[in-house]
Amino acid sequence: MAISLSINGRSHSVDVDPETPLLWVIRDSIGLTGTKFGCGISQCGACTVHIDGQATRSCVMPASQAVGKKITTIEGLANNGKLHAVQQAWVEVGVPQCGYCQSGQLMSAAALLERRKNPTNGEIDSAMAGNICRCGTYLRIREGIHRAAKLLSA
Amino acid sequence: MLGFYMPVARAAKIDSKPWTAPPQGTEVNAWLAIGADGIVTIRVPHTEMGQGGLTSVALLIAEELNVEWSKIRAVFADPNRHLRNNKEYKIMSTHGSQLVALQHPHLMLAGASARERLKEAAAQAWGVPRSGIEAKLGVLTAGNRKGTYAEFAAAAAKVKLDKEPEIKSPGEWWLLGKGHQRLDIPNKVDGSAQYSIDIRVPGMVYAAVKASPVPWGTLKSYNFDAIKSRPGIIAAIPLRAVPGKRGQPDMQDAVAVVADSWYRAKIALDMLPIEWEFGDSAKASTGVYFNEGRKLFDVAGLVSGKPNPKAAEIIANSKKVVTAEFERPFETHARMEPINATVHVQKDRVDVWSPTQDQSVAVELVAEQTGRDPKDVYAHTMFLGGGFGGNGAGGTGVTRQAAEISKQLGRPVKVLWAREEDLSQDKQRPLSMNRLTASIGDRGLPEALTSRGVWFSMDGINQVGPATADYAVWNMPYEIPNRHHERHNVKTHIPSSTHRAPGANQHGFFTEVFVDEMALAGGWNPLDWRIEMTKSKPDYQRVLAMLKAKANFRTNLPRGEGMGVAVVECHGTIAAACATVTVSRRGQLSIDKVVVVLDSGHVINPHTATEQSEGSVCWELSHAWLGGLDLENGRFINTNFHNYQLVRMDQMPVVETHFALSGGKKWGGLGEPAGPPVPPAVANAIFHATGKRIRSTPFRLQDLSWS
Repeated sequence: MAISLSINGRSHSVDVDPETPLLWVIRDSIGLTGTKFGCGISQCGACTVHIDGQATRSCVMPASQAVGKKITTIEGLANNGKLHAVQQAWVEVGVPQCGYCQSGQLMSAAALLERRKNPTNGEIDSAMAGNICRCGTYLRIREGIHRAAKLLSA
Repeated sequence: MLGFYMPVARAAKIDSKPWTAPPQGTEVNAWLAIGADGIVTIRVPHTEMGQGGLTSVALLIAEELNVEWSKIRAVFADPNRHLRNNKEYKIMSTHGSQLVALQHPHLMLAGASARERLKEAAAQAWGVPRSGIEAKLGVLTAGNRKGTYAEFAAAAAKVKLDKEPEIKSPGEWWLLGKGHQRLDIPNKVDGSAQYSIDIRVPGMVYAAVKASPVPWGTLKSYNFDAIKSRPGIIAAIPLRAVPGKRGQPDMQDAVAVVADSWYRAKIALDMLPIEWEFGDSAKASTGVYFNEGRKLFDVAGLVSGKPNPKAAEIIANSKKVVTAEFERPFETHARMEPINATVHVQKDRVDVWSPTQDQSVAVELVAEQTGRDPKDVYAHTMFLGGGFGGNGAGGTGVTRQAAEISKQLGRPVKVLWAREEDLSQDKQRPLSMNRLTASIGDRGLPEALTSRGVWFSMDGINQVGPATADYAVWNMPYEIPNRHHERHNVKTHIPSSTHRAPGANQHGFFTEVFVDEMALAGGWNPLDWRIEMTKSKPDYQRVLAMLKAKANFRTNLPRGEGMGVAVVECHGTIAAACATVTVSRRGQLSIDKVVVVLDSGHVINPHTATEQSEGSVCWELSHAWLGGLDLENGRFINTNFHNYQLVRMDQMPVVETHFALSGGKKWGGLGEPAGPPVPPAVANAIFHATGKRIRSTPFRLQDLSWS
């Protein structure tokens, strides 16, 4: 069945079973592989995208439910080549190790900073607890979020 | 907590598809090419799995070559070329925290040799001796003559040196030893970094696979008719174990469902009726194994190290004996990138994309599975979404699956294991147990110690010698006058492979909790005991002295708070940890801080060294606190991250890392060693906080309440 999805400001027409999780449509049908598969049951956060600005686990969202919504993936976080503050902060702090979870971490962090300009460590913990990092970069993620908050307020 | 704010503009960037060789300019030697613009592209024969391997190789070569870090690019070296050119890159395998420690000599030589050949090319062009030429930051100078590396690259490629140069000693470093931005970071913040799971080949189909839920069971039958008319379904393919081949890289009986999308394949596979035959393995469980192990504590085993029957005699005649039994369940790698591989079998070549730590083995496996000459197999190195020791030879059963399916279908096939398959069919960390006994003599110090370990693995992995079963126990550093260690290797059907810090990751817990028990029984402060019992070992003294200085270890905190210490050596590096915990009256555990002190001899990049320390702490805490695989009826019943839990942001302690480096000829690894002392440090801290002695993991199963 053909459905139309708006991803990173572009319209894509894809022929998929409507209950296919958005994650697989993004990765395999459209070819945006920055969003990752980690668990398939919204336990790890690697699949996090923004749906109308809200951090959403795309592995459990049927693609048909994303029709008519504004979808942003990691590839769309930067603005015309200029890195988003969280991406800039991640580079400055040197956050990623294997990097596989980081697309999801960045999307969750960006969504947090949209609604909370200067989050406390406790607020960061709550907002980010759904994103697993097996390499254990949590301390640097936290530092990156604080750094991004500073960049945004500058 | 160290903060690094590196200037962004200077971070060099690797190509987002690092296996494809972009235009690189002139190849000076197999390891590097220099472009007309002065950009140096380094071919990295090692795996980047988060440990910073890509950057380490580039740093080692750049140090000797003498080029600005901002002019460095990296691609992964070509395993096919390696094979065709008689192992041109020496080693294409990354494990054991060996990359920097053991492989730095030939990596640095690659850069040094290129540099000397550039100098020689300039020397010949200018008619001056090579010794009169300085090579610095990409420029060759002799008096008032100047030229760039780029200008002389072609000539340098033709130079043959009579004698290869010596590599620098650490005192001469200008680039190594300082904190450096990793090369792969820009790719990992914008979604462009490509992992094996991301590969897309024209005409590719997808396979979801299910192996026998009880490992090494037999596939009896399946009913393809039940799913074959579902949309996009292409085939169901049975995969068969080869009789007599049950090694780490061998394939189990399994069924693969192939479709035009992975989601369709997965849903169909979940609906496919399958019949298996499990045999006696279905009787195994964690409980059965622990019971069997406890019986074996009373049975003589294989001796680890040198036998010493006096130890048991002294203990038998002692008035003060301390004894304890320890046990730890199976654990899994749980890399964030689920197990996968893509293979394309074609008429005249085979391409394979696999998150392997061992490119050479991936080539051999695929060649064997497809009946092709290894020289016709092209393995493409991608970034790994975690390796942790599981993606070497032992982790590549999936590569065989992909090769077999592609061979049968004549199409490129991506095999991806669902997380449920990944957790239950990974090559697991063996279940391990040990009973330690010591007699405490004058001065409250042990005169004799015996241990007997029991370890359940399919083939008794011998990565660290004959005694991984009790590695870290039989080779504990303490100067106890009479020691005797024994082990049992019990065969199980559960496949295993190396896990970050093999042996030490399980058994550091046994040794270092028992050390606290011995120390307290003898009236010693646990840190002072460790300092006393390693007093003839300067490296241990240096590490423990720094831990004492930095951690402020105390045993007199109020009830509900506690600190604990531990020290474990592996991969040539000594790692000490001090953990601080809080335990509520109702037994809720919070791990607040871990101070780590490391002696790896040298550190080439403090940034990556520190992040590996933090990561290793998190890694081992997951297993010790929250993990533990549950084996029931011969199979693991943990299915996903809701019932096999990993440490998350809100559970992560603050980690402070310090280096007490002994330098000289010592080169230890850093990818693994910081993990093993952490579980015992936490258990020891819990004891001080609650009075409760924990001798098993995961801690979440323990009642830590106190009053």
